[in-house]
Amino acid sequence: MLEFLKKLFLPPERSSETAKERLRVVLLSDHLSLAPETVEALKRDLLEVISKYVEIDPAHADVTFEQREREVAMLANVPITGIRERPRPTAPRTEEPSPSPQLVAPTVDAPQAAADEPPAAALAPEEEAAVASAPQAQEKQPPPTRASYAGAPRRRRRKKTVALQGPAPG
Amino acid sequence: MSSGRAIVITSGKGGVGKTTTTANVGAALAKRGRRVALVDTDIGLRNLDLVLGVEKRIVFDLVEVVEGRCQLRQALIRDKRLPTLALLPAAQTREKEAVGEEQMKGVIDALAESNDYVLIDCAAGIEHGFRMAIAGAREAIVVTTPEISAIRDADRVVGKLTQAGLPLRLIINRVRPEMVKSGDMLSVDDVCDVLSAELLGIVPDDEEVIDTTNRGEPLVLDETKRLTAIYDKIARRLDGEAVPFTSLATPSFFGRLFTMWKAG
Repeated sequence: MLEFLKKLFLPPERSSETAKERLRVVLLSDHLSLAPETVEALKRDLLEVISKYVEIDPAHADVTFEQREREVAMLANVPITGIRERPRPTAPRTEEPSPSPQLVAPTVDAPQAAADEPPAAALAPEEEAAVASAPQAQEKQPPPTRASYAGAPRRRRRKKTVALQGPAPG
Repeated sequence: MSSGRAIVITSGKGGVGKTTTTANVGAALAKRGRRVALVDTDIGLRNLDLVLGVEKRIVFDLVEVVEGRCQLRQALIRDKRLPTLALLPAAQTREKEAVGEEQMKGVIDALAESNDYVLIDCAAGIEHGFRMAIAGAREAIVVTTPEISAIRDADRVVGKLTQAGLPLRLIINRVRPEMVKSGDMLSVDDVCDVLSAELLGIVPDDEEVIDTTNRGEPLVLDETKRLTAIYDKIARRLDGEAVPFTSLATPSFFGRLFTMWKAG
């Protein structure tokens, strides 16, 4: 009788939920085929590089991996305790911060210049339209081919996948 | 100069319906007048000939073509029901290693010159047979079922195809809408989420498949079959039409049985 009432009133156990969770965990480890030693070495090197630029608290630094769509994302949570007086970049930067508009070829001038302008000026509706219809902007579109799903929106279901993530496996 | 689209149909796991899918999607495209060549690359375990009902007409096979013992056109078996459909059968008594990736690419390129579609039926697994099957392909269809073992394998395959730079779409096979509704089967959305892949088709589980395979007649040849409309829709989507997916959700308890087969 109790069983009958349970069946009647309690929602049935959904095995699809169990399947989803088991799949999530197993795919995470499938995707993350790094050996634990490699992960430790990566963490060590990562913290070393960061500490070249800022002072950090390595004892409370945390580096974890998380399933994100097709990739595994590495998340580093590193408490910064101070800024170094003199950053220690490994190599001097050779490239210019940003090319001046005069040096840019005419075809790339329009979008480049618009992007470099301060937001107030760049956001005028006419200018935006001009940038969007500039030949350079159009050339960036992939040519329409029959295999038109080549650039399929593989990340379009972000919201749901985030919901799938749940707690990190042990 | 190749004009046709070379599409590999793969799954990782065996038994999820690659061969049935290849046969029916190919036949559905041929019904639309497209020139279609089906290539069975499952050397040693060929089956596409059986599903198509042409097993008695095999004279030469893929390996003999590759080894230069016959012309490609001599090995092609033209379907008697659909004049634009042809099959290049696999060898049954050879090893998969008999065909290399470059050789396979040559055969697929040659077929693509004289066909609109070259559908490559891949063997299960992700070893040599898989690499050979994808060698000449430009696109991929991943077939899976809503079971965790099939999805896990499909995930590996999706990773490998992405690595190889092949755009891919998903066919979810053997869906049982009533089980999805009761929460006892992963839904189409769940599967697409996990694999982060675009959907090409949803094929319900149906005993029609066993029946038509027994007879060696691709079921899309019979317009009265429930799954025919579903494979036709997949063919139209491949052809570039935006065919909407009918929801598997059922409006009422009584409508459930009637809407079950409208998916796809």
